[in-house]
Formats: sequence, structure tokens, C-alpha cells
Amino acid sequence: MTGEVALARPRSGWSRLIGFNLLTAVVLGIGGYYLGWFLGHHITGASVDYFGDTDQNDISVFLGYILGVIGFLVGLGFANYPFARLRGYPPSLREKESEGVGRYFGLCTDHKVVGMQYLCGIGLFFFIGGLNAMLIRFELLRPNMQAFPAGQYLTLVGIHGSMMMGMMTSGILGPFANYLVPLMIGARRMAFPRIEALTFWLLMAAGAILTTTIFFGGFPTGWTGYQPLMDQANAGMDSYIVFFALVGISMSLLGLNMLATIITMRAPGLTWSRLPIFCWGVVSTAILMLLAAPVLVAVLSMGMLDRTAQTTYFVVQGGGSPYLYENLFWVFGHPEVYILALPGFAIVLEIIPVFARKPLWGYRLAVAGLLGVSLLSWLVWQHHIFMSGIDSNLRPFYMLSTELISIPTGFTFICGLMTLWRGKIRYSVPLLFCLAWFFNFLIGGLSGVFLSDVPSDTTTHGSFFSMAHFHYTIMGGLVFTFFAAIYYWVPKMTGFQLNERLGKIHFWTMFLMFNSTFAPLFAIGFLDQPRRAVSYAPSLQFLNDWASVSAFALGISMLIFLYNFVWSLAFARVPAGANPWGSRSLEFQLPSPVPVHNFDRIPVIAGDIYDYGTPAPAPTAVPAPAGGAS
Amino acid sequence: MAETLTQSAADAEDVDHGRRFLFWWLGISIVATPLVAIFLGPAIPPGHGTVEAAGQVVDNTVLVAISTPVCAFVLVMLAYTLTKFRSRAGVLEDGEPIRGNNRIQVLWVAITTVTVLFLAGFGSYELVSDGAGGGQGPSAAFTPVGYQKALDVQVIGQQWQFTYRYPSAGGVETPDLVLPENTLVRFHVTSLDAIHSFWAYELGVKADANPGVDNIAYVTTKGPLTFHVRCAELCGLWHGYMDDVGHVVSQSDFSAFLAKEKAVYAPIMKYLPPYAKTYLPDPQQRAG
Repeated sequence: MTGEVALARPRSGWSRLIGFNLLTAVVLGIGGYYLGWFLGHHITGASVDYFGDTDQNDISVFLGYILGVIGFLVGLGFANYPFARLRGYPPSLREKESEGVGRYFGLCTDHKVVGMQYLCGIGLFFFIGGLNAMLIRFELLRPNMQAFPAGQYLTLVGIHGSMMMGMMTSGILGPFANYLVPLMIGARRMAFPRIEALTFWLLMAAGAILTTTIFFGGFPTGWTGYQPLMDQANAGMDSYIVFFALVGISMSLLGLNMLATIITMRAPGLTWSRLPIFCWGVVSTAILMLLAAPVLVAVLSMGMLDRTAQTTYFVVQGGGSPYLYENLFWVFGHPEVYILALPGFAIVLEIIPVFARKPLWGYRLAVAGLLGVSLLSWLVWQHHIFMSGIDSNLRPFYMLSTELISIPTGFTFICGLMTLWRGKIRYSVPLLFCLAWFFNFLIGGLSGVFLSDVPSDTTTHGSFFSMAHFHYTIMGGLVFTFFAAIYYWVPKMTGFQLNERLGKIHFWTMFLMFNSTFAPLFAIGFLDQPRRAVSYAPSLQFLNDWASVSAFALGISMLIFLYNFVWSLAFARVPAGANPWGSRSLEFQLPSPVPVHNFDRIPVIAGDIYDYGTPAPAPTAVPAPAGGAS
Repeated sequence: MAETLTQSAADAEDVDHGRRFLFWWLGISIVATPLVAIFLGPAIPPGHGTVEAAGQVVDNTVLVAISTPVCAFVLVMLAYTLTKFRSRAGVLEDGEPIRGNNRIQVLWVAITTVTVLFLAGFGSYELVSDGAGGGQGPSAAFTPVGYQKALDVQVIGQQWQFTYRYPSAGGVETPDLVLPENTLVRFHVTSLDAIHSFWAYELGVKADANPGVDNIAYVTTKGPLTFHVRCAELCGLWHGYMDDVGHVVSQSDFSAFLAKEKAVYAPIMKYLPPYAKTYLPDPQQRAG
């Protein structure tokens, strides 16, 4: 026994293409799909769907997707390590140590590589989802159908919603928590490095599967997939089900990994009361991911069985109920929206002290706010179905619990604002995005109070008002802080500065055009335009056109960012130095680029990372003495 | 030298920052809140066409009025902070190491809690008093006064139109929705296929149409009114075109309407299922 897991040795030329890599993965993925397709057709003939015969066979589509994903993962090399262990080889992390650009395109267990993979992979799907939004706004330039047939329009809406709600759930935990949590807590890796890589590749497989829905005619349900519409839909629905189930598996594994890492792998001296607030945000989000996502996987599996195995969980004629779907979906779905929002809160609170040069104000209150939102988000899901007629006696309770969430959310506001108070504020691009969060989330939060109030919800429910509300909270809350995180940490991650001037241009176009796009939608919703409808009253055309034109400008602001990102990192390449912002946080005390093993010696945390303003603060961390903590 | 002077002058003013902020915030709130409540609130839809719609306008007015000082707090604080506490260009200097303030924290928690509890209490009161026009399910927990004598109107959603049945007129089914004025109406909303949502905008009514469920919503009509009906829950291909126009008319016109509909649809009444709370198509055989 040599003690080594067999891995590809360095080779040259075309022979490099053979082995466990992305190419093999794609080939095996497609092969697996056709194998499943073939098996499915052998198990059963053409399907009879809810309202009539089609030539689509749901069983073979599902089997194809599932075997395709398995083939994809095997091709990447995820099966090698379990088999090596079964054959008696000792544990190893050899996947981490490969070098060069190639490791970004395959299975790599280095958390920094996975973070960069997430950033680019999620960025890709974010742009696809954004492009769908542009097409939706193009269609809505006129009050009647113009560019897309009704079915295609619904598919656009569905892909946009699913892509954003599915892929962007990991939008901050994927790239930034994977990259930064080990650095912030003084660890050399995540607790489960292979699971970490698995979450990323599952998510990529999921995104690819969602885009293949167009080959099956798309799906009509939007991102919520309500029954019995899901049961009626043609095979494009299967792509949605497999997509969201894979996202759910990826999310719960990501949450598990984050919790295990932060609980068990903190460096000596990093007590809970010294933990960076970003890590607290990750903890509160990871709890939701770990516990909520399995509900999603369960409800989608039930939907899959309804579509294939003739179960009737949601078929009223067979004793099922669409209420079951609505409830289970929102038991997941409401924590889900806080999975999107909470990392944003944490990033705002993490970045503001650096640019106000002040300690975080009310650290305990801020932590209580994050955990309080995380806890309360379990108790509010029925506010999504206030008008559905299910147990109306509970509505005052859900109204109360929903409005209670504004209390811990308010903690984030007061802590952020009071940190700015009497600071020495530097207007850098990351701070600008955080300041925009205050404005956007204020509007988003206050409009949420209208939706939580049942009498007001009677008008606003299911209208463009609720659509504007959640774009203010998710795009205004998550996406703005996502960009704050990019401008703040990417110089650390890559070692190169992002252009400040282009960053400011990006910020101002994005901020102004975002508000110009979504503010009119509140009015449109109040004026009787339902969500997801391809037609609307001609009197609303001016406001819709205004929103559409602003949305196109918002899209252009994303292109400014893309130009900045590519130009700064690939062509200008201005070195950023180890600590471009003068931060005390542990990740900025490491050299750039961060070495493969992060810390030669595990650090001992000596000081508070928010200790700004003290004349001679203790250093954040000192290396452990030789022979001490390892 | 000049720098130290301004620095010490700023130090002397330090105690006043909080008070100045309060001055601006309270000033703006005291001016803006009544303006918003008087001018903006009543203009917020859905209008005053029915008792329930008018009740919702009251709710919206209260919410927008309470939002005003909250909004002013964050915006004034941002504006004040961002203008007063700027770092000098090109200098990396630290702010004061203030780590918190128990009094402000307790005050903040107390004020937000009281506000939120008031909002929840007020909303619950409005909801319990008449159901606020929302769909309340078959048992209709929060019923308006005199609900026993309400006029029953059934709304049947199907892909992709609404039809209406009047049990008081022998269960006649028509594609036209007409209601009498000054009447308490009880909508029974149900669906034959996917989930729809019956949104009668000017009436202030929204109730999901679920297959197999009798979802009840109350509305008290006032004077004559033309209102728009839209489907507010994604229900498939032609969801975007699932709309309708309804009318509130005088009692005599309503009687005439029912008589006419009965006459027009008499020949097909025998093909209709008898009036019931819910209707379901036969179970479908599904495979693969």
C-alpha cells in the first residue's frame, strides 16, 4: 500500500483529455441521459398526461436526467475517492494539490478554487437569468402579446424566476463563504472539502438542466410550480423539478458544510463573540439551508411521483390537495427568501466598519438580528397564501409573525447606521453598494408590511406590487451586496484591483436604473396588473414602458460591470496588494494570492477584527507557537 | 492651524449631533406624515366602490402614514451621516471606537416592537371585523354583520375564464357578473382545474379558486359600479387574458338581469350539473 490515491499524473498533449475531467463529465452526462431515456422507454410506453395524450414520456425524461447527473459527477471524478477508500487506501486530499488553470475546470477540493468556480459559474447563470428578464420587459413594452407566444412568455418568466431563486440562493455563500470562511476563522480548509466541490458541480448540473427545458416546450408554472398546473404541464416541467431538487440538495449540503466548519474549525481564540459578523450571517443562512431545502426536495419528489408513478398527492380527484403543495413549498420558500436576504445583511455589517473606520456598533444586537430573522422565517409561510382560503383563523397569527420579522431586520438597520455615525467614511465602491442596500431594503421592507397586512394584501397579493416588493428585497438586498462583496473581496481573491472609476459608473447606473425600473411597478401593481400576465390594461402602458426602458439600462449597467471585471482582471492587472482597504479582518492579513494551505501555522486570534479607532490595537492574529495548535 | 481649529470646533459640537438629527427627523416626520395621510393615503387604490375596498384604503392610509417616519428616520440618518462624517481625502483616519449604547438599543427595540404590535393589532381588527374582501375558505371565520342574509354568487374558475352561478335564481350559470347595489354578497369561489384567483379589483375582493374548495369572500356593494375582474394566480397558457368586466346595478336592474339570464340559458340548464359547492371532473386515468 503506497498510501496514495491514484490520480492523473502530469501528462502532455491529447492524452490529457482522457481521465476524470470536465470533458469526460460532459460525455458521460450525455451518455447517462440517453441511457436513462432508453431505460425509461423500456419501462413504460408513451405517457398519458393529465389532459390528454402526448408523445412525451416523463419517466424516461426523469431517468435520463438522474443518470445524466450521475454520469456527470462520475466523469468529474467524484466516485474515485469513495472507491479508493473501499479498496483500502487511506484518506487524502490529493484533489486539492493540482496546479494551473486546469483545476478551475474540474473537481478541486481547495476552498479557494471552489469559491472562484462558484463566482464564475453563478455569474454565468445570473446573466442568463438577467437576459430572460430583458426579454420579459421587452414583451411588456406593449399591452398585448407582441414578441413571444403566451407559452414562451410563461417559460421566460419561469426560467428567470427559477434561475434567480435557485442559483442565486448560493450567490453569496457559494463564492464568498466558501472562499472566505476558512480564512476568516483561521482554518486550512472547509470541514468537508469534497462535499464542498460536490455542491458546486451539482449546482452547475442543475443550471444546465433548467436551460434544457426549452427542448421540451418549457414550463408554465413560474418558479413556484403550483399544483395542479405542474401536473398538467408537459415534459418541460420535469426539467424544473430536477433542477430545483438538485439545487435543494446542493443547498442543504452547502449549509451542512458551513455549519460544521464554523462550529468545529475556528482557530484558537476565535470565540463566538469574536466571530466576524459575516460568519454569523453564514451561520444563520446555513441553518435555513440545511433545514429548509430538504422540504423542497421532498415536495418536488412528490410532484415527480404524481407525474410518473400515478400517485395523487396533489390531485384532488384522487384525494390529494393543492394546499399540500402550497404549504410544503412555502415552508421551504419563505426561509428561502431569507437565505437570499441574510447574507446581504451580513455583508453590509461586515463592510461598513472597514469604510467607516469604526467598530461594529452593537455586535450582539446585530447577531441577534441575524439569528432572529433566521428563527422567525420559519413561522410566516402562510402569508404567501393569505387569499387561498386555507384556515383563515390563522391569518392574524401569520400577520403578526410576519410583521415581527421587521424587528430583527431593524437591528441590522440600526447597527449599520450607528456604525456609520461619527465614522470617518471613505466612499469606496463596496461601501456605495452597501449604502444602496439601506435605501433598497427600506423600500422593500416597508412594502412588505403592506403585503403582510391582510386587508392591504387583498389588492396587492399576486400583483406587480408584490413583484416589485421582492425585487427590492432580493435584487436591492442580495444583488447589491453581491456586487459589494465582489468589489470588496475580489481584489483579495485575485490579487488585482477592479477599476474604481468604472465601478462607480456601474454603481450609479445600476442604483438609479434599478429604482427607475422597480419603483413604477409598485404603482402598476396597485393599479390592477397581475404578475406573470402577458397582457395588461392599455392605460398602464406608459408606466410599463418606463420600467422596460429602465430595465434595459439596468442590463447595460451589468455590461459595464462585466467589462470592468474582465478588463481589470485579464488586461489591466493592477496589483491590489495584500490589504487594499486597510481592513483588520483575518483574510486581509494573509499574502495575496493566498497560499494553497492558507496558514503555515494555524493562527491564534488575539484581537477584535473590528478594533478600529483604538490607539494601539492588538494584532488580529499571531501565528501559533511551534508545536502548539496545529 | 486652521485644521486644528475646525477640529476643535467640531469637537465642541459633538454633543449636538444626536439632537440635530432628532430635530431634522422629527421635523420632517411631523410635516410629512399628515400630508401623506391626508393626500396620498386616500388616493391609494382600490378606491371607495365598496365597503371592503374603502376599508382597505383606510388600511393603506394607516400603513403609508406609519411608514413615513420610519422612512424619514433611515433617510435622514443616512443623509446626515454621509454628509457630516466624511473622511478627509487621502487620509486613513479612524472614527471613534463606539461599540454600542444600551439606551439607544433598548429604545430602538421598544419602539419597533410597539409599532409592529400596533400594526398587527390594527390589521387583525380590520380583518376580523369583515374579512376585508379576502378569500377565507369554506368556514369563513371572520364574517360581517348580517352574513346569514347575504346574496350567494358562485365564481367558477376554469382555464381560462370565469363563469358565475346564482343559486337564488335556480343556479343559472352565466359568463356575466352582475351584482345588486347596497347588498352584502357572498362569493363562493371554486375551480375546475388549476388554481386561479378571482380578483375583482374595484370591489376589493381577491380569493383563490382551488379545485375542490369552496372559498368564501364577502363584499358589501354600495352604488352602481363597473369593475374589472382578473385572474391573479398563474393558471397556465392564457392566464394573461383571463379577465372580465362586472357591474353593480340597482336592485330592479339586477332582478331583470336574473330573469333574462334564466330565459336565455333555460335550454342548457338541463346539461349543467346541479348547483353545488364544488365541481370536479371525473378522475383522469394517468399513466407514465
